Amino acid sequence: MAEATEEKKKSWHEEHPDEPVIVFENVSLSSAGHTVLDDISFQLKGGETRILLGPAGVGKSVLLKLANGLIRPDSGTIKVFGEDLSTLAEQDLFRLRADIGMVFQEGALFDSLTVRDNVAYRLNEDHVSEEEVDRRVREALRFVELEDTIDKFPSQLSGGMRRRVSIARAIISSPQLLLYDSPTGGLDPITSTTIIELVIKQRDVSGTSALLVSHRLQDAFTLATHRFNKEASKMEKLPKGEVEASTTFLMLHNGKLIFDGSTMDLVHSEDPFIREYLA
Amino acid sequence: MLAEGMHGRPNSMADSTLDRSAKNAILALQDYALLIGRALANLLRRPLYLGEIFTQADSIGVGSIPIVLLTGFFTGGVLALQTASSLTQFGAAAITGQLVSFSMIKELGPVLTSLMVSGRNASGMASELGSMVVTEQIDAMRALGTDPLKKLVMPRIVSTVIMLFFLTILSDTVGTMGGGAVAVFMLGQDASQYFHSAYQSLVFSDIFQGLVKPVIFGFIISTIGCFYGMTTKGGTQGVGRSTTQAVVVSSVLIIASDFVISRLMIGIFGK
Repeated sequence: MAEATEEKKKSWHEEHPDEPVIVFENVSLSSAGHTVLDDISFQLKGGETRILLGPAGVGKSVLLKLANGLIRPDSGTIKVFGEDLSTLAEQDLFRLRADIGMVFQEGALFDSLTVRDNVAYRLNEDHVSEEEVDRRVREALRFVELEDTIDKFPSQLSGGMRRRVSIARAIISSPQLLLYDSPTGGLDPITSTTIIELVIKQRDVSGTSALLVSHRLQDAFTLATHRFNKEASKMEKLPKGEVEASTTFLMLHNGKLIFDGSTMDLVHSEDPFIREYLA
Repeated sequence: MLAEGMHGRPNSMADSTLDRSAKNAILALQDYALLIGRALANLLRRPLYLGEIFTQADSIGVGSIPIVLLTGFFTGGVLALQTASSLTQFGAAAITGQLVSFSMIKELGPVLTSLMVSGRNASGMASELGSMVVTEQIDAMRALGTDPLKKLVMPRIVSTVIMLFFLTILSDTVGTMGGGAVAVFMLGQDASQYFHSAYQSLVFSDIFQGLVKPVIFGFIISTIGCFYGMTTKGGTQGVGRSTTQAVVVSSVLIIASDFVISRLMIGIFGK
């Protein structure tokens, strides 16, 4: 079953090399009479990592949930893997989400399940054999360097460990798209760097398309200025003046998308709000 | 000026508040119907989550046995005490058993069992599901490709309806026995006479009425508990609010629907 899924994933990339993985067209959303997102349009290409910046409460997490079909927009079109989410029933969305991994803000681990069962959740739902589950869970936990926590419950883990388990749960099925909702929010700088290193590792080792929400500029620029060295198995800084071309930025302010471009465009932006935000 | 003031802005404000309240009430009813409809539609779709149904049946049914036994026994006991003292005045103490079994099987067994299960389980469902909502576990479940209405809501509805049916039978039995214990050991009545009148006076319509009610009450408890849980908003405070609302609304609906069902049954069976 895993082989079949991987084959399907490859074929989508192969068949649509130029088609964006995510397309937002004039998406708007209101809640309780308040405009949350206003006429948002952007694209995420295959293999690209887009970092969504913006002040707290500006609608970044909402945008991420829209991209996964967890909430529906009031107007506009959202396409993921070429499929218009507004035309899909909930059952069809479940099928589409088999290719999407999502890391929630606080991890959102199932507190009554062990780390093993959390990471293996999708595999268990698909009735994958115990041996296969065990092998893949250990592989995913090894990726986030938490293999020794396999029998623990989420309440026994620190905040940073919970995020790492959440990343392991998101990547276990080798998704084609990863959605990270503030994966470093509320964590100390050292733990944040560990999480960002995992995001870079996933980006550079698997080439997975990703949309990452963050309000920490330091993390965002670490993503844009670092790569993962497979030989040394660690993150390293790119030479001075170079940035990761596949990592680009979006910025939300007052419900509107005020920036869509590369790292250099962002740094050299003349927009007063962006300049103030970066300062 | 006063008339203008009364019929101008203040009235339009009151109207808009009324409009909003009416819209919210209708929207809540629509959400409730959709949630329950989608959960029940899942009964026919695979996977069936039988393990979840058994787990919930154990938690809701087996876990509620002690409170149901205690409530049933003492309710039967107090019924015997009260009815016997009144019946003695008319020289009819011999039909104490009949009155206890009638009251337990047709009314008090189903209603009190449901209220106890509501207090224990509607609150449990609302708080458990509500906590999962506010910690994004429900969103995570959907993101992982599982329908929470199928995995969490449907098993709770099925197991509550089934287990409340059997809990009510247990409560009726224990209540009648409790009444018997009081009648025999405290009031000095004859055990054979008590149980004979309790058993012989029952007819099909009494049993039918007493067993239809727990099915409907079980549906009310589980759907209201799940609805308030799944629509929780506002963090831990919201979880507390949902829990309280689930118990209050399900309890009121149990008592109100008991009246409607009783009237309907009297209309059908004539008693």
